[in-house]
Amino acid sequence: MTGPMVRISVNGEPRELPSGLSVLALLEQFALDPRAVVVEVNRAIVRRPALATTPVRDGDAVELVHFVGGG
Amino acid sequence: MSETVHPSDTPFVVGGRTFRSRLIVGTGKYRDNAAMVAAHAASGADIVTVAVRRVDLDRTKEEGILHHLDPARYFLLANTAGCYNAEDAVRYARLAREAGFNEFIKLEVIGDRETLLPDVAELLEATRVLVAEGFQVLAYTNEDLVTALRLEDAGCAAVMPLASPIGSGLGLLNPFAVRTIKRRLEVPVIVDAGVGTASDACVTMEQGVDGILMNTAIAEAADPVRMATAMRLAVEAGRLAFLAGRMPRREVAIPSSPITGMLA
Repeated sequence: MTGPMVRISVNGEPRELPSGLSVLALLEQFALDPRAVVVEVNRAIVRRPALATTPVRDGDAVELVHFVGGG
Repeated sequence: MSETVHPSDTPFVVGGRTFRSRLIVGTGKYRDNAAMVAAHAASGADIVTVAVRRVDLDRTKEEGILHHLDPARYFLLANTAGCYNAEDAVRYARLAREAGFNEFIKLEVIGDRETLLPDVAELLEATRVLVAEGFQVLAYTNEDLVTALRLEDAGCAAVMPLASPIGSGLGLLNPFAVRTIKRRLEVPVIVDAGVGTASDACVTMEQGVDGILMNTAIAEAADPVRMATAMRLAVEAGRLAFLAGRMPRREVAIPSSPITGMLA
């Protein structure tokens, strides 16, 4: 892959991605349904309507969470 | 499908919503999802709890629980399990609400890793923040009356004292304390954690509490569907016995048959 890249962390793991991606595009890269996950970037929640317009920037800490079994 | 409500019983209302079943069940620790789905159906529960965790990006683990829960059938109650301070619990609660189902949160702030007993100072702080943000807070707490009163003052939708430590299955260790909390609070009191088997659930409901939340007792039973059925019946039996009003305890025997008319 050529072109500029960004280094981010996703769920605590370092990742390298093409620059210019939106958060929605990031979800697509992981084949995640945006309706089934909640996204936090640098500790701020990104609401669903804003996923497509929120850019992923170098150094971002992204958290992708969902519901799992619990009591 | 759900248990019948006794004609003279009051509705089970939490945070402005009415539920049919007074039994709330968890979704953790089941052998597999099919066992969970069958147990939920047998329990008759309307409310099921879920936890918030990171998505597994490598898909080595199973998918999210929502693939196995019908949101039209079950009211999802997200928890803040695993949080050890108010800041983390508030963060988890906000993430849970963003999932878009409801504004209810089962607030857990743990203070000790061995006993999983709550940190009540952090719990109160998190409650105040979340209530101000419009959450309906159901607070997991110990069986301390003063903490329960403070939680009610802070605006909790329900206060949830434990029967005994989470996952212990030790049953209701302090019926007096739970009864006192129920007597003194206006908001619903739901006993959360510690129930091990059906008799525990029945005795707990006999204290007059509004409901019970359990997970491990059903999930770790050898036959979760049978245990879920037993719990449904026990919760209903305990509630009915409470409403019926038990006879007084006596330290002496009183015959049930006439003492007159005996043969000479």
